[in-house]
Amino acid sequence: MPTYAFTLNGKKVTVDAPADMPLLWVLRDLLGVTGPKYGCGVGVCRACTCHVNGKAVQVCTLTAAEVVGKKVTTIEGLAPEGGLHPVQQAWLDEDVAQCGFCQPGQIMQATALLNSNRNPSDTDIDQIMNVCRCGTYCRIRKAIKRAASTM
Amino acid sequence: MPLAHPVPNPLPSADEASAGPLSRRKFLTYVVAAPVLTVAASSTGTLIAPGKAYAVVPSPPQPENILDLGDVMVAATKQAQDLLVLEVTTDNRVVFRMPRAEVGQGITTALAMVVADEIDARLADVDVPLEDARQDLGTAQSTGGSSSVRSLWDPVRSIAAEARARLVTAAAKRWDLPASSLTTRDTTVRAPDGRTATYGSLTEAAAKVDQPAVPTDPKPSSEYRVIGTSTARIDARSIVTGAAKYALDVNVPDALPTVVARPPTINGKVKTYDAAAALKMPGVVAITKLPSGIAVTAKTFDQALKAKSAVQVTWAAGTVDGVSDADIDARLTAAIPPMTPAPPLTQRVDATFEFAFVNHAPMEVGSAVADVQSGSAEVWVASKSPTGAQSAVADATKLSVDEVTLHVVRGGGSFGRRLYHEPAVEAALVSQAIKQPVKLMWTRNDDMRHGRVRPRSHHQLRAVHARGDVLSYEHRMACVELDLGSGTGQALVDAGYINPTIGAAFFNLSQSCPYNFGPVTESLNEVSYDMPTAAWRSVYSAQARTAEEILVDEIAKGLGTDPVAMRRKFLKTGEARAVLDKVAAAGNWGRTMSSKTAQGVALHAEYRSIAACLVEIDCRSDKPRVTKAVMALDVGRQVNPSGLRAQAMGSLIDGISTVLLAGNHLDDGAFREGSYSDFKYARQADAPLVCDVHLVGGTGKPGGVGELCVPAAAGAVANAYARATGSKPRKFPINF
Repeated sequence: MPTYAFTLNGKKVTVDAPADMPLLWVLRDLLGVTGPKYGCGVGVCRACTCHVNGKAVQVCTLTAAEVVGKKVTTIEGLAPEGGLHPVQQAWLDEDVAQCGFCQPGQIMQATALLNSNRNPSDTDIDQIMNVCRCGTYCRIRKAIKRAASTM
Repeated sequence: MPLAHPVPNPLPSADEASAGPLSRRKFLTYVVAAPVLTVAASSTGTLIAPGKAYAVVPSPPQPENILDLGDVMVAATKQAQDLLVLEVTTDNRVVFRMPRAEVGQGITTALAMVVADEIDARLADVDVPLEDARQDLGTAQSTGGSSSVRSLWDPVRSIAAEARARLVTAAAKRWDLPASSLTTRDTTVRAPDGRTATYGSLTEAAAKVDQPAVPTDPKPSSEYRVIGTSTARIDARSIVTGAAKYALDVNVPDALPTVVARPPTINGKVKTYDAAAALKMPGVVAITKLPSGIAVTAKTFDQALKAKSAVQVTWAAGTVDGVSDADIDARLTAAIPPMTPAPPLTQRVDATFEFAFVNHAPMEVGSAVADVQSGSAEVWVASKSPTGAQSAVADATKLSVDEVTLHVVRGGGSFGRRLYHEPAVEAALVSQAIKQPVKLMWTRNDDMRHGRVRPRSHHQLRAVHARGDVLSYEHRMACVELDLGSGTGQALVDAGYINPTIGAAFFNLSQSCPYNFGPVTESLNEVSYDMPTAAWRSVYSAQARTAEEILVDEIAKGLGTDPVAMRRKFLKTGEARAVLDKVAAAGNWGRTMSSKTAQGVALHAEYRSIAACLVEIDCRSDKPRVTKAVMALDVGRQVNPSGLRAQAMGSLIDGISTVLLAGNHLDDGAFREGSYSDFKYARQADAPLVCDVHLVGGTGKPGGVGELCVPAAAGAVANAYARATGSKPRKFPINF
């Protein structure tokens, strides 16, 4: 099996995986990183959203081969161990989560948005396609705006 | 070293228990032989024998006003309250073992708050793990009917107050002070002279207390410090850091990823299969035939999913092959009885509504981990009816129930779906067959096409009015039979209802018209199909009361009245008017709006709570958007305002989704939709930019809230759409 090396949450990792193995399963089944969730497997629910070189991507539709040499960040690596990223803190302050299953993906998506746009408009926030079946959207919007004011 | 402990008031003997709850002592207390204080009961008040009080549906027309489903769960929980467990550990943790599922509704936070307040602990010192399946709890362990806080409120306050009294008594003995001179706060007992002792330091002594020296009554509401204060979820940090563990995240060593090849149509069966090619694929460990399909177990989910595609299966027909929505519609129409003719010199408003099938579509797909060995099974699953799941696993694996340990893990949403536990049974069967632990996952396609749905329904409504008064109101609902065999449905069976009437009983216990519309007739006829249905958040009310609220607007139009004024005039209670008035005032009802935009309003009362919703909708494009929502709730005692608001907002999104966007088509025995790409549940761009939730009332006991706001939200969205477009919406979702 081919070997792929990339940076995961600040540490270099090497995995033996089939070339077409989705990064979601590389992370969950080979590396034991369970923050990214399976919700659809086809990139539409976005519960698996992570960062590759700072950009939000759906790791269920990306392969290990495609991230060789790149920096992969999951929800576990968003903030230093024991700390919280301002977006995570905003999520706590707005008490956003309900079941929580989509929230790692929502937070990674929101963080990527804020990294590229420090003051997103409602129209910008509307572009977020991550599904939240509990319907936390209004609090997500407030948390993004709160984070924007603190970052 | 474990200490020997007195057992002042042991659990009732088998003889006592079989004599029924009426024979129980008024104060039933049981301290188990544990090294630390573990209170397992404190009952106040007289218990009611369900066989006597609940076996008969009270007379129509509105039995829900007298007894509702939550009352059944309250009674079931009260009977089992001597089995609830609250423990104070030597490291100063207060642990309440929650006999419910946490699927996002926030009950672990709400009950942690109740415990913290009543025992006088810091909230951060309270843990609320989910209780394993316990057959002794039975349906008292079910999560449903928006009844969790409502049914646990009294029992949990009682056991926490009992524990506090024992801790105080232990401290009084240690310090040789009068117990009545001591106070409690922050998980600590305090003496007047300034001495303090943590609960953890007192728990071993408290476990030996024979009789508490201070009253064990729960505190008056005027002394609440935590209850009623908006509190962030106790698991919020674990969620936002990715640490929260769902079934497939639980680390069960060597549990092998497993997926199932499923039939093309609902309930199709395997005729023949050839797994030779799949077995040769990398990582594949085993192929197992199940009643539901062919399970593929591999070292990774990627390998299992790829090998699943390589299994060659020929399928026998499913149970609804040849059936499509139109066929169901014909039978539903035929199942609606003739409406009562309107008397002479009256006018009538008639309306017919159709609601599509709707998948629950929780974010976390059906998942379970199982480790079945000879003579034992251990299962991890997010189950809302854990004893039902435990029994089902035992039946499937031919083990006895007490050989099955079933751990309830947090669930990624439910909305009714996790009352059922097919993944747990499948995982157990595979594990038993291959003699290895497995983690079994349904794909999103599996969940959409073989998961459960809210039944498709038809509604015929008629209101008769004359001279400005509504003289009578009739609502005939027909739907595909709803499977209520688990959770709350089972609680009804336990309470004496007979199986074929469970749907009708459930309907009667959940439906009531909040308006003075003269004689009210509401009935349900179910049409049987062998397909997987399940209660969907607010059950029949999601459609029935939504239809009714749309009709109210149409009656108002017939009477030449404003929808809010109409509701104000006919609402039965001042409490309901207060909730309506709140949204009307806060939402600036009647403000001037542009063409193709409008406000809509609706109200719903159930679960001993009331909700109203006012929305503004923009229909200027072909993609209508709710731009603003104002909601008001009177849920009685408010435990966690933040959690209550979250339930209201989530219900609003359900209302928007099911009225405008999301449903499932049945085409020739199979559901058309396969994922969130075609099951169009609302996303950020469909959610309002502003959603304000106002809490009114706030006294007495907590009512139910989990499902409360769905009909109010759905009704408001439909009414706003009607007003913005000048149309009469009849089929939902509108964009289907």
